[in-house]
Amino acid sequence: MVDVLVIGGGNAALCAALMAREAGASVLLLEAAPKVWRGGNSSHTRNLRAMHDGPQDVLLGTYSEDEYWDDLLKVTGGLTNESLARLVIRSSSTCRSWMMRHGVHFQAPLSGTLHLSRTNAFFMGGGKALVNAYYRSAEKLGVQVRYEAPVNSIEMKDGKFIAAYIGDERIEAKACVLAAGGFESNLDWLKEAWGKNELGEYPADNFLIRGTRFNMGTLLRHMIDSGADSIGDPTQAHMVAIDARAPLYDGGICTRIDCVSLGVMVNKNAKRFYDEGEDFWPKRYAIWGRLVAQQPGQTAYSIIDSKALGRFMPPVFDGEQADTLEELADKLHLDRATFLKTIHDFNAACVEGTFDHTALDDCHTVNLVPPKTHWARRIDIGPFYAYAVKPGITFTYLGLKTDQDAAVYFNDKPSDNLFVAGEMMAGNVLGKGYTAGIGMTIGTVFGRIAGVSAARAAIQHRELVDAKA
Amino acid sequence: MQKLESLIQEASALSNAAAEQEVARIMQICNACRYCEGFCAVFPAMTRRIDFASADVHYLANLCHNCGACLHACQYAPPHDFGVNVPMAMARVRQETYMHFAWPQMMGELYKTNGLAVALGASVSIMAFLLLALALNGRFFGGVLEGNFYAVFPHNTLVWIFGSVFTFAVLSLAIGVTRFWRQISSGKASGAAVAEATHDVLTMKYLGGGHGEGCNNADDAFSLWRKRFHHFTFYGFMLCFAATSVATVYHYFLGLHAPYAVDSLPVILGTLGGVGLVIGPIGLLYLNIQRDPMHGDESQKPMDRAFIVLLLLISISGLGLLIYRDTVAMSIWLVVHLGFVMGLFLTMPYGKFAHGIYRAAALLKNAVEKRQKNTLQLGSD
Repeated sequence: MVDVLVIGGGNAALCAALMAREAGASVLLLEAAPKVWRGGNSSHTRNLRAMHDGPQDVLLGTYSEDEYWDDLLKVTGGLTNESLARLVIRSSSTCRSWMMRHGVHFQAPLSGTLHLSRTNAFFMGGGKALVNAYYRSAEKLGVQVRYEAPVNSIEMKDGKFIAAYIGDERIEAKACVLAAGGFESNLDWLKEAWGKNELGEYPADNFLIRGTRFNMGTLLRHMIDSGADSIGDPTQAHMVAIDARAPLYDGGICTRIDCVSLGVMVNKNAKRFYDEGEDFWPKRYAIWGRLVAQQPGQTAYSIIDSKALGRFMPPVFDGEQADTLEELADKLHLDRATFLKTIHDFNAACVEGTFDHTALDDCHTVNLVPPKTHWARRIDIGPFYAYAVKPGITFTYLGLKTDQDAAVYFNDKPSDNLFVAGEMMAGNVLGKGYTAGIGMTIGTVFGRIAGVSAARAAIQHRELVDAKA
Repeated sequence: MQKLESLIQEASALSNAAAEQEVARIMQICNACRYCEGFCAVFPAMTRRIDFASADVHYLANLCHNCGACLHACQYAPPHDFGVNVPMAMARVRQETYMHFAWPQMMGELYKTNGLAVALGASVSIMAFLLLALALNGRFFGGVLEGNFYAVFPHNTLVWIFGSVFTFAVLSLAIGVTRFWRQISSGKASGAAVAEATHDVLTMKYLGGGHGEGCNNADDAFSLWRKRFHHFTFYGFMLCFAATSVATVYHYFLGLHAPYAVDSLPVILGTLGGVGLVIGPIGLLYLNIQRDPMHGDESQKPMDRAFIVLLLLISISGLGLLIYRDTVAMSIWLVVHLGFVMGLFLTMPYGKFAHGIYRAAALLKNAVEKRQKNTLQLGSD
């Protein structure tokens, strides 16, 4: 019988497997996906947010615990467990050397990520390169890996893990780490969670999944149904507005639309609905998925004119192009009169200022609802461009309640040998909202903790490293 | 003749279009993702563009070192719907550029069947030297010549034959790379840019994987062996070239004629070069066989392998000639060695050799471009 069974194959699962193995446990990792799709959503990630007291390898300046905590508090609006959040923040400062030992390379942030160069450490080649490095390291250390091994249920006895089931196959272990991701790929569950809106639509019908197609939430649902304590709201997720033409799964980073703050965003009724210039795109882009999800048809259009060209990250698909605003309205099937009035009202409300898209500039609107508080410039020079967007879900926040040891709770009591990491518990720290790189930080920190906790549970009386140190 | 050239150009333009469109399609996806920025020069060069016209595609394809790192790191690699395979798409265009810029144009077609061309070139050359030897003095099997090659082939004959073919090869490559440079270039190369490009060429910087652990070969693991074997091959070749140059100086300026002593400079240089040209090509051939087929254009493997094997045969026959130069077998080794060398010279402008020249030009362009002001103002993501 194996000491530690890790269920899942993404970043958190790999961190848990590596730590448990380093602690001396024998480890079996079960990845639901085939090898070519291994790694879950981690393959689509690029960086982790890391606290640091001074300039450190690829990180500039200082990012203190308090500043990190404030940033997290801002995006979550207080929906976070402070002690777990601070644990994540503090541990984030010590992860990188361990990651590098397992073959992860970091690089200085380059073009297009200027606002993240202080707070986030970037993986060279992105998340898939990181996942590859971890799998190579795991193989070298003797972690057994099985692909196409989706676990659908587990067997518990008196709050203790006994075995996991892949269909009829029963796999026993002394301890277990659950790191099988959220349920964002499960469209039926999303539909059930989001329900029907006042227009009679099921918003989830128009959702796109930015990440893996393998996060069906089977195990999460099984755990909740079996009495594990859960946390979070099933409608909360990391959601961004992405190109409406993105594939249903695995669109990843390149489907983002980066020009929102340079123009206006209108809904299917050709009306604006939020301040496009509220803050820099990296800080605000995570709110637009939910904003668009609340619009009719869960669709919106980012409208820019020729002045914006060459000032935003190039989009993966070409935008709709028209020489006049009338023509653009027709191409988007928007009501011409309403669209023209929206643009006209916006143009009339723009105050002349000094445009600077690299700073919070003084170009804003007056007497306009909703306002555009920065980078407001008239949309008047053709050709005009439009990008249709839909909500793109990256990962869901509904998860299992946990503690500083990553234990799974049943009726407020921690299990002795069942632990949880990654998306299955991220909601403890991230109740809502999102800030770049925090998902990977939670996954890395809790993956490491869960791995050590599981090894400790499996191997009694042995001195183990403390992942929290 | 002029008409034929233009017809060939038209036909090759049509077949180029598909390969170039694929690179442009992929670059649009990469430009929106940019996760690979740290690996090599292709991606930072890509971020200086929004559109990918023919000239951009030609440039980027030759800047690509076919290291494979971006394929293994790619979230959009097959089986993803986007099917992003940068190394393969670039490899296809690279071959098209060699054909497109080749001079004379009609010879560019040789790239398509390069493996066969190299084999034929080498064997025909050997036969030619054999016949030449017999015709010249009939003493092809004429006993021990104490290493005196010129007893088999008079020095002037060799100079005339090799000199003219080599001059043609250099001219042909120079015209090709000049055409390429004119298409991709904008701006003048400063001293600093030339120095940087030279450094990048001589160190094969971009086979380091961006993190110094090397590039990919059989799988997602990094390896420095491809870089090392390239170094053995490249510097082995350069040492052999230096040996010939020193011998030329000895011959014409110092009046010292071959055969040279084992401890003389030309022989030492040639021997070291020959050893490098044995280790490097054997290693490269092994890696080429092990290589993940997704890394490049499978149809170009005959070209890669023919070139590698030819280099290997040149070095082995050269070392054999050194070892047996005082025996009856000397003439045979000489004929074979000269045959392979001639085979290389004949196919140089239309074979894998060209990749080094075009890549060096692309690296120079990269060094120039990095120093120019970027007109894009993408701000932040």
